[in-house]
Amino acid sequence: MPARASWIPYALIAPSVVFLGVLFIVPLVQTVWLSVATGDGISLENYQRMAGDLNFSLAVRNTFLLTLVVVPVQVALALAMATMVTKLDKGRDLVLWVLTIPLGISDLAAGLAWLSLLQNTGYLNSALYALGLISGPTGWLSQETPWALFFSIAMAEIWRATAIVLVILIAGLQLIPKEFSEAAEIFGARPWTRFRRITLPLLKPSLQSALILRTVLAFEVFAVVYALGGRNFPVLAGEAYVWQNDNQNYGVAAAYAVLIMTISLAATAVYLRVLRTRPEQLP
Amino acid sequence: MTAITTERPQAGKNRSMTLPAARRFLLWTGIVVLLAWVLVPIYFVALGAFGGRLGVFRWPKSIWPSNLAIEPMMQFLTIEGVFNALVNSLIAAGLTVLFSIALGAPAGYALARYTFRGQNAYRLLVLLTRAFPLAILALPLTVSFIRLGLYDTPFGVSLIHTVLALPFAALVTQSLFMGIPREYEEAAWVFGCTRLQAFMRVVLPLALPGLAATAIFAFVISWNEVFAASILTVRERTLTAYLLRILAESPLHYRFAGGFILIIPSVLFIFAVRRYLFAVWGIASK
Repeated sequence: MPARASWIPYALIAPSVVFLGVLFIVPLVQTVWLSVATGDGISLENYQRMAGDLNFSLAVRNTFLLTLVVVPVQVALALAMATMVTKLDKGRDLVLWVLTIPLGISDLAAGLAWLSLLQNTGYLNSALYALGLISGPTGWLSQETPWALFFSIAMAEIWRATAIVLVILIAGLQLIPKEFSEAAEIFGARPWTRFRRITLPLLKPSLQSALILRTVLAFEVFAVVYALGGRNFPVLAGEAYVWQNDNQNYGVAAAYAVLIMTISLAATAVYLRVLRTRPEQLP
Repeated sequence: MTAITTERPQAGKNRSMTLPAARRFLLWTGIVVLLAWVLVPIYFVALGAFGGRLGVFRWPKSIWPSNLAIEPMMQFLTIEGVFNALVNSLIAAGLTVLFSIALGAPAGYALARYTFRGQNAYRLLVLLTRAFPLAILALPLTVSFIRLGLYDTPFGVSLIHTVLALPFAALVTQSLFMGIPREYEEAAWVFGCTRLQAFMRVVLPLALPGLAATAIFAFVISWNEVFAASILTVRERTLTAYLLRILAESPLHYRFAGGFILIIPSVLFIFAVRRYLFAVWGIASK
């Protein structure tokens, strides 16, 4: 039984409330304000400049395309990994450790690791050369090869951030009582049916949090893209960075920020609705 | 499929032992492919980091290490600004650990031990942070940080990194403290300890490993963060911000050296917290 309410819990949460208020809520409001405030009052000028920018539609398209490709692949891959790992009896801990290493790797470092593979005189080209598919060092990461560049960035993102989905899903799998699957097995359910009818529905809360986390982060994608393609592949967060740091235009940068936040919130709302679990469906 | 149904095992527990050889082989092939998928890029960036200028342009490349030396890495570390950036990264990450534990753990304790009005509002605030791309918040902070003298300091960077790590710390410590029976504490009260003494002598020692894991996660969150760190610093860059800034003009082998240095602590840290990984993330992702 939790203790009777007193002043103590309030004193305990107060510091973090103040901190989040000052450094989360205030900047949130500030961002919106910065994006609409112009010299004389409120206007949508910053948004018009943002939308009128050459890179804008490209950045929107690229960010969405990347998210739509990367997030589903990550979830599928993580599900496959989790299923395989749970079947292991020997070496499970070691395998899990290796598979979760990318969890601690920054997007910048991931981009650089894949750059070593994909650069002109890199290992991919060396392999293709050995197979006789190319005749010499070939560039994949320039504007002339937009699809190769896109594919490279997607690979690096999948490589880096599948681990986080894996960890969330395995943590979720551990909560599913073994008896359910065993009972279904006794009644003759095939592995695929068991997975689809038992594991997947019970995993829904975990899938939901993994999807929210990954989608929000995917719309923020930035450093991987810069490490691999520089400015050849505009994305929303990258444009915000350029407007802020290079053009010193905080208003347009804030407009980008509001756009990213709106998309993230909308995505979260969709996931919360589509993947909601009713209390009576919980084990 | 049929093989399984015909020789269905007695219990689900040792089913993997009875998997037919062919399926076992398939499983392990898949596992090996996945392990290679994770490890190969790290291996190649390490080759790049220790291979120097010549290594980068060797063509065609062999996947085996050759002409590796410690000098290229040393050269990279002595470039002006790199060492300073490394120190800044460590300071920012250290402060992030300090702040997120100092602010998050009490909140976690409150959530675990008390019911109070506003509890759900607080939980909502913490969860709300997850629906936002937090690093983006660095954009408006630039102006106020310049005014307050926090701009371009590791301290300023650590503040925004704490926003990233604090919700995580609060949720994880909550479940940590819930796992420590309150009877232990009550027993200490009976023996005349004050609340604070009971906490320090009974709860804290039990919570210490979990707190250490939380601290390590906070460290990694800060160490890896690129966007906010790049926005909020100019001269006193963190390592990620420094690398991002020099990306365009630095030679490839320096970039690989930088990437390698970024990766190493993460690999070690994940190893250190591997026991807590699933508990911690299972909770934090609720």
